[in-house]
Amino acid sequence: MARAVGRNVRRKDGDAKVTGAAKYIDDLTFPGMMYGATIRSTIPRGTIAARHVALTDDFVIADHRDIPGPNYVALIDPDQPCLAVDHIRHFAEPILLVAHADKHALIDVHQRVTIETRALTPNYDPETSEACFKRISIDKGQIDFGFQISDFVIDGEYRTGHQEQLYIETNGVIAVPGDGAMTVYGSLQCPYYVHKALVVLLKLPPEKVRVVQTETGGGFGGKEEYPSMLACHAAILARKAKRPVKMIYDRVEDLLATTKRHPSIVRHRTGLKRDGRITAMDVDVIMDGGAYATLSAVVLSRGVIHATGPYRCDHVRIRGRAMMTHTPPNGAFRGFGAPQTQFAIEAHIDRISDRLGIDPVTLREINALRPGDTTATGQKLGKDASALPVLRDAVKRSRFTQKRKKLKGTNRGIGLSLFFHGSGFTGGGEVKLASKASLELTATGAKILVASTEIGQGTRTMHAQIVADALGVPFDAIDVHEADTAFVPDSGPTVASRTCMIVGKLLERCARDMRKRLGKLTPAQYYKKHGSFTVTSQYEPPPGLQWSDDTYAGDAYGSYAWGCNVVELEVDPVTFEVTPINVTAVAEIGQAIHPMMAIGQIEGGTAQGIGYALTEEVVMKDGRMANAQLTNYIIPTPLDAAPMDIGVMARPYQHGPFGAKGVGEMPIDGPAPAVINALRHCGFDVRSIPATPERLMSAFARENSAGRRRRTP
Amino acid sequence: MKLTVNGKTRTVTAHPMKRLLDVLREDCGLTGTKEGCGEGECGACTVLIDGVAVDSCIVPLAHAEGRKVITIEGATATRTGKALQDAFVVHGGAQCGICTPGMILAAARLKPGASEHDIKVALAGNLCRCTGYPAIFRSVKSALKRGRAR
Repeated sequence: MARAVGRNVRRKDGDAKVTGAAKYIDDLTFPGMMYGATIRSTIPRGTIAARHVALTDDFVIADHRDIPGPNYVALIDPDQPCLAVDHIRHFAEPILLVAHADKHALIDVHQRVTIETRALTPNYDPETSEACFKRISIDKGQIDFGFQISDFVIDGEYRTGHQEQLYIETNGVIAVPGDGAMTVYGSLQCPYYVHKALVVLLKLPPEKVRVVQTETGGGFGGKEEYPSMLACHAAILARKAKRPVKMIYDRVEDLLATTKRHPSIVRHRTGLKRDGRITAMDVDVIMDGGAYATLSAVVLSRGVIHATGPYRCDHVRIRGRAMMTHTPPNGAFRGFGAPQTQFAIEAHIDRISDRLGIDPVTLREINALRPGDTTATGQKLGKDASALPVLRDAVKRSRFTQKRKKLKGTNRGIGLSLFFHGSGFTGGGEVKLASKASLELTATGAKILVASTEIGQGTRTMHAQIVADALGVPFDAIDVHEADTAFVPDSGPTVASRTCMIVGKLLERCARDMRKRLGKLTPAQYYKKHGSFTVTSQYEPPPGLQWSDDTYAGDAYGSYAWGCNVVELEVDPVTFEVTPINVTAVAEIGQAIHPMMAIGQIEGGTAQGIGYALTEEVVMKDGRMANAQLTNYIIPTPLDAAPMDIGVMARPYQHGPFGAKGVGEMPIDGPAPAVINALRHCGFDVRSIPATPERLMSAFARENSAGRRRRTP
Repeated sequence: MKLTVNGKTRTVTAHPMKRLLDVLREDCGLTGTKEGCGEGECGACTVLIDGVAVDSCIVPLAHAEGRKVITIEGATATRTGKALQDAFVVHGGAQCGICTPGMILAAARLKPGASEHDIKVALAGNLCRCTGYPAIFRSVKSALKRGRAR
């Protein structure tokens, strides 16, 4: 029988998606369904004095008094109200909810509701903010000694802006009330996060709350925590109306109100030997959390752990803090803190390369983490540590060294970045999650029961491949149950590049246990004789994995995936527009379960990373996104797509399913610094992204007015 | 108002300014056409009117009166449409799937032998956030090649 793992089997959700048969949340209706809308604050900070509602009886109106349980969206900290009571911390703060049977009746509802407010002075600067969500310190060796033994100290400051996930399907849910119960259908990544939030807010027993994921049109982190808020809103209205309520954001509301990638300020101070060896790394990381804690603490955690990049250094000090500001809360986005900090270190490494006169490849070769080296948290890397192999392959494939010489002094440049990304929850996170996966024997094979969601990345297909091979049955014999909390166990959230490596491994164990119980029988034979049975497995850390939350030291992740990007680009000398010409992305991800889908993750993440580097600018004006439209928040279009050369390398991770690691997030860590390093090669000293034509023009003007010799671009 | 949708004549009673997107989804029950932005920027709602790809979120019903509309549900009936649908599954052009119906219809007017540039231009009005586009280009190329082989 042909193995499924490593083959490009036909994806399970493919045919329904290409024929238009797949049902997304907005494609569903329920009898008696109403439509919901949110009335939000229009000031960034203040207090609510009064609410004036001029609506007829056919509208259902709800505010915080309609919440039966405690008024917060349960996630990490209980700080974010589901509906504001007195205080406003950002301009999109939800205050009232309105529902009507005719969705067109809601069009001008905002004009018929007045919220009287008293304004307070907002703060948008995370550096001067007095409210801190989380501080993290990482210390390794003795930082002072590291600087004492250095020949040079080079410092630098690097900044990144907000980034919008921009899934093409906006956030949406339908809440269906029952007798002392609530069911919510929705476009979401984490059914059990939504379940937890609803149980708290509605004050219902867990078994009375059911969350069902509908086909989801992209997530990228943007449907990790926000759907909990939206589900709570729809449920409050549905409970009051005693009718199903559908809430679908239009694009403008989705852009204005939902989470974005955390802006960051990262400062490096690095001690170096004359020969290029790094002796000390002192890193300060500031993340702008926005108005509420959401996931800022864990975003910061992943950010600081990746802040030294894939480099060896005995003396490290990292200080990180996530600060409150009066913009809508920032949250999860693919990469989760690591794109920000690895942008900083990779841009910094090329500045060091310039200053020391050591070429960027050699400088990275000297310092790259190798098997047996320890990371900033003191984690000793296994044989699968692949910084050098990915670097060498990318340099060779892209003809980096030759082009670097050839293009010098032209308006074309070439730059690279080296990066890594931990798979799974950070530190003790997976132990705390204690995720479960189940496998049920069916008449023809087996059915997968997990809460992991298919959001385009191929979850259902990839899990079925793992189970098919571990059970020894054909791929088509495996079914996948929809992510419905009434049927599937809590497999943890679909985030953190954990769906394959962590949940896939649980399923592999289920399948092997099932195989044992079947003995010599096929699933069909066993089913006919004895009927169905279900196998469940729960996460256990691989032997030897150690982590301390107190000292922030130990094995931060089970394994890391490794990547190297090379970007060749051209700058228009008149308009300062940047056109990527060629992009090379080499990724070491362990065994790829479905190579084509893995390449899909790399290509897609790389394109998002190039958007992050060049065009995707969230313009915040008075705490509000001023360009909340697809017309002027610019993601890459088909015409912007640069040719990509993708290289996939496999150094199996022994505790991953069939040797697999995570792949989803890593590809977005590298493109931005590779772009910025290519711009540096063209003569543009840019240290913040996005590198819009305006920023390049002012960098050009700055360089020239400083009197330094520069070619005319 | 009368229009032909996927070969069938439909009589729709709706405001002439109702978005064609809503007419198709609500009045005709064809939910394969998706809304992504509502302002004609993302192309998720692409349908063909008399063979031309348009954003149905910015086309009023009145504009479609008496004309032939093809949606993703109707694309299955044509050889090119079917080849594109299969190629998007086989070559990874569809990930989350929300842009896929629009992509397939935008590609449907391409002729066998179209260059990579022709493909990019045909799809220029359609956004995808999952694939970064290379897999979509591969899907379209493969479908066009199969079209030529026939």
